[in-house]
Amino acid sequence: MSAPIGAPVRRKEDTRFLTGKGTYTDDINRPRQLYAVFVRSPHAHAEIGAIDTRRAAAAKGVVAIYTGADVQASGVGTLPCGWGITSKDGSPMIEPAHPLLAVARVRHVGDPVAVVIAEQKAEAEEAADLVTVTYKRLPGVIAVEDAVKPGKPQIWDAAKGNICFDWHLGDKAAADAAFAKAAHVTKLDIINNRLVPNAMEPRAYIGEYDRASGDYTLYTTCQNPHAIRLLMGAFVLHQPEHKIRVIAPDVGGGFGSKIFHYGEEATVTWAAAKLGRPVKWTAARSESFISDAQGRDHVTHAELALDKDGKFLALRVATLANLGGYLSTFGPAVPTWLYGTLLAGTYTTPAIYVEVKGVFTNTVPVDAYRGAGRPEASYVVERLVETAARELKLDRAELRRRNFIPKNAYPYQTPVALAYDSGDYFTTLDMALKAADYAGFEKRRQEAAQRGKLRGLGLACYIEACGVAPSAVAGSLGARAGLYEVAEVRVNPTGSVTVLTGTHSHGQGHETTFAQLVGERLGMPVENVEVVHGDTAKTPFGMGTYGSRSLAVGGSALVKALDKVVNKGKKIAAHLLEASEADIEFKDGKFTVAGTDRAKAFGEIAFAAYVPHNYPLEELEPGLDETAYYDPKNFTFPSGTHACEVEIDPDTGAVQIVKFTAADDFGRIVNPLIVDGQVHGGLAQGIGQALLEDCRYDRDSGQLLTGSYMDYCMPRADNLPSFTVSTHGTLCTHNPLGAKGCGEAGAIGAPGAVMNAVVDALAPLGIADLSMPATPEKIWRAIQARAPAKAA
Amino acid sequence: MYNFQYHSPKTVAEAAKTVAAAADGKLMGGGMTLIPTLKLRLAKPSDVVDLGRIAGLQGIKREGNAVVIGAMTRHADVAGSDAVKSAIPALAALAGGIGDPAVRNRGTIGGSLANNDPSADYPAAVLALNATIVTNKRKIAADDFFKGMFETALAADEIITAVSFPVPEKAAYMKFPNPASRYAIVGVFVAKTKDAVRTAVTGAGACVFRQKEMEAALGKAFTPDAIKPIAQKPDGLNSDIHASAEYRAHLVGVMARRAVAAAG
Amino acid sequence: MPSVTITVNGKPQTAEVENRTLLVQFLRENLGLTGTHVGCDTSQCGACVVQFDGSSAKSCTILAVQANGAKVTTIEGIANGELHPMQAAFREHHGLQCGFCTPGMVMSAIDLANRNKSPTEDQIRHWLEGNICRCTGYHNIVKAIKAGAEAMARGSK
Repeated sequence: MSAPIGAPVRRKEDTRFLTGKGTYTDDINRPRQLYAVFVRSPHAHAEIGAIDTRRAAAAKGVVAIYTGADVQASGVGTLPCGWGITSKDGSPMIEPAHPLLAVARVRHVGDPVAVVIAEQKAEAEEAADLVTVTYKRLPGVIAVEDAVKPGKPQIWDAAKGNICFDWHLGDKAAADAAFAKAAHVTKLDIINNRLVPNAMEPRAYIGEYDRASGDYTLYTTCQNPHAIRLLMGAFVLHQPEHKIRVIAPDVGGGFGSKIFHYGEEATVTWAAAKLGRPVKWTAARSESFISDAQGRDHVTHAELALDKDGKFLALRVATLANLGGYLSTFGPAVPTWLYGTLLAGTYTTPAIYVEVKGVFTNTVPVDAYRGAGRPEASYVVERLVETAARELKLDRAELRRRNFIPKNAYPYQTPVALAYDSGDYFTTLDMALKAADYAGFEKRRQEAAQRGKLRGLGLACYIEACGVAPSAVAGSLGARAGLYEVAEVRVNPTGSVTVLTGTHSHGQGHETTFAQLVGERLGMPVENVEVVHGDTAKTPFGMGTYGSRSLAVGGSALVKALDKVVNKGKKIAAHLLEASEADIEFKDGKFTVAGTDRAKAFGEIAFAAYVPHNYPLEELEPGLDETAYYDPKNFTFPSGTHACEVEIDPDTGAVQIVKFTAADDFGRIVNPLIVDGQVHGGLAQGIGQALLEDCRYDRDSGQLLTGSYMDYCMPRADNLPSFTVSTHGTLCTHNPLGAKGCGEAGAIGAPGAVMNAVVDALAPLGIADLSMPATPEKIWRAIQARAPAKAA
Repeated sequence: MYNFQYHSPKTVAEAAKTVAAAADGKLMGGGMTLIPTLKLRLAKPSDVVDLGRIAGLQGIKREGNAVVIGAMTRHADVAGSDAVKSAIPALAALAGGIGDPAVRNRGTIGGSLANNDPSADYPAAVLALNATIVTNKRKIAADDFFKGMFETALAADEIITAVSFPVPEKAAYMKFPNPASRYAIVGVFVAKTKDAVRTAVTGAGACVFRQKEMEAALGKAFTPDAIKPIAQKPDGLNSDIHASAEYRAHLVGVMARRAVAAAG
Repeated sequence: MPSVTITVNGKPQTAEVENRTLLVQFLRENLGLTGTHVGCDTSQCGACVVQFDGSSAKSCTILAVQANGAKVTTIEGIANGELHPMQAAFREHHGLQCGFCTPGMVMSAIDLANRNKSPTEDQIRHWLEGNICRCTGYHNIVKAIKAGAEAMARGSK
């Protein structure tokens, strides 16, 4: 039977993962393969002096050692940045070269300076220890607040004051005028803590080169193989795409960190060509911590102006965004267009002005991590709203209702560039309040107080812009790529279907969801559909998976391609059934002459298309194979309300999440099982940011203090509750599925909800604010500062 | 990982001889600390002497008023042992809270004690329960065993063979774990015998230590309130990104009171 | 190089290894059993968990020479034609997304179910202290393990 849209179909991909038969990059070994190990900078900022490779080169098993100078001398390019930002004054962002291996200067701990290639991995590791690099240490800057101060070390000569760009959005005069007449202004200083994405599969690459054909192959842990092929081929190796094949096999999670083109990827591919042998590199986890692009890291001052009735009048936001030592592929886009544009939130705030300085520091580059800009925006807005409610002694749900964009106001143009097509924030708020028993909270607070616990409840009504992205819009905002998606539907002669998609699944379950789309449209079981992704030699040019785009954009391309298949099928059916094409209906896998019982099954049409003995060859080509590109008309706007309830142990400061409720609007849902799973995972990352995770560098030396799971606190099962999730679907108005995307919502809504709950629990003690992550000691200290008499 | 010579002796004597003969030999119990250290290339021993194939080092038995645990007994076996659970339930609970299940299935009491990690759990139990550490050379009282951060009274060729825990009247262990590593930020073990109360603190300092002020107060009245006025001084305590010395000092009091309450 | 014989998934496997070779390397590189994964280098993530002489252990923290003579079961060795009840429960309850932590999760869960026929949510969450998942938020893993343990208990009656 078919598996219609909306059914909780069990995943097709699970059998291979559950039996250990998944094929991740590190599971692949190529004949005559060599192993690469990178020599990395131990310093945050230093000049590179002599690099002595003689001892290493003489070590057992060593085949080659390359430095930045070797790479540069070979004519290889530098890592490109995919999004340009224009500053307030019209000048382009400062875009320093990002070499594969550092040349002259290192700019963060972990910056690669050389690569050692040997027969065995252990041999490469031991030889790497023998490479002697003479560094002249330079003073560095780690924190953005330090980096922008006068007289601080300059990381790039061209970036005065370490500023990459000084960007703004919105109407400053209108916002200032609104603040001038406001009855109340709520102000917050907000830190959005730096996070390490930590997909469980570390990055791994195998570069390969065929000297006879001149063909390159790269096996890579990436979310977007075509984009990597384009970036690596055109900008770095200077090789045309048809000579490069990029394969992203099973990939063990990405969360954004595997979107970007990394130096190690190009280095192993380049080295494979130099050596004529495959070269493999697999990151150790401790290496991931100092080489995978990291996320967030904002320092923000934000102000909300309200009138006497609690109507929001204006919002002013000033943010310093840490970009790290180099620009990662989409680094500049995240704290600008993916952040500032979301500051309207779900509200009618008429005037908004945001300024963002992108700042270089001696840290690992920062780029998109689950949510990318939107969690930061949602956090600013929702912390302000709940703080305002507390200051004005208004019910926080009621304050939000007063300011929500009304249900009949769509399309709604915000003051920060976006036009929301649809939404219903009232319903998801009500759903969450009911499921969280908001009405009964005060009673629970009192009951907890009797047990000596501080109980708090927090809300966050988030919105996100997903379905990345309308190419023309993105292009006008500085994107250097189109962001459409593609799908090819290959109907096989006996009627089964192979889908080739430009998206990439690294946990999202496309092999199932996309098969459901085919099953629904063509009336066949999901077992008859194979979804192929992750190989540039097989799939047409697509942009990959990130920004909650795969269903809304890639699924829409698939729907378009399926429509083309059906339309061609109707022509074939009309011929076979000797009827007019206009009279052919397609339903439940059958082409029928309307009003008759004359019909042909889909498989019969497919067969006729490939064995065209009786076929309108004069008018129609044989075959049933259609490709469609879909470029979205707008972003999609998933939204929802998250409610978090916590209990704090005042003796230790430890926080326990007693309940977490999410009510989300994702538009049309294809597979609720998968959607719920995406929400759960996002929530865990959002809760992790709020309570546990904190990427910390020593502010002076730039050494990463949280460089392993011993110190970087990954959320474990016992840190989290079971979640209460539900969905409400207002359909996206501009894509054929009505789908909005669900992958990032949890990470966007949760931090605000958790921190609002923590502050709510502490508010009776006079504590009005706390920064993420709300660690036990931080809470204990806040309590001590407020109630010194109670210290004991 | 650097390579090394590997030995799996069949007797304690052979193990002692092998490690003594090595240029830089390391004894290995369950390997739960040594192997991760080797993997990160933080140690480069010439020889690894695996105690895992020596007969007679595993097992738990009751001897008079003591529970004797073989040095190579796994944490999971201590946690699940009826003898331990009935005589010293706090010790079983402590063992059941070390690391994670897979670590408890491999890690050994002897290995943990010989390593003497400042945030390990077992040292607190050994010190508070006034256990005796039995080696191939002698018996060492708990008070004489722990010498400092990763330092013990063991000689280079001295191998723990068993640990003998006197059975207390009551005891309990309370741990505030590091959220990332799950080692103790502070762990407090309290044990009351007929004659005395002993309180051992792990995680807080460079090495497990006895909180004698609390012991004295608890000797008079074994109640949480009895130690409420006692403030652990932060001087000399560990301070890192997870917890300052002041916070650790505070937690010593909280965990001690909770341990007393749990001991009943 | 020393020679070791380890019984893996019921079959004695003999190979020459270096002293420093980890059990996980022996499984992945010598035997090509790549279902056992490596997700960290501090013995914390649990992606490498296997059954070692009948209980769960981290194969990244055991030397192959230490494992000489031991019986090891990997994720590849638990299904017998059809999915093991714990595997089936993970599929039914969507207890996996990217699949990378999954083999370790399943092996760890089986050890729990062998000890506790009807674990509570709280017991399951604490048991998973040494298994990190970045995708699922653990919600469905917990559900799957509860159901899997119950299915295993029913199957062994």
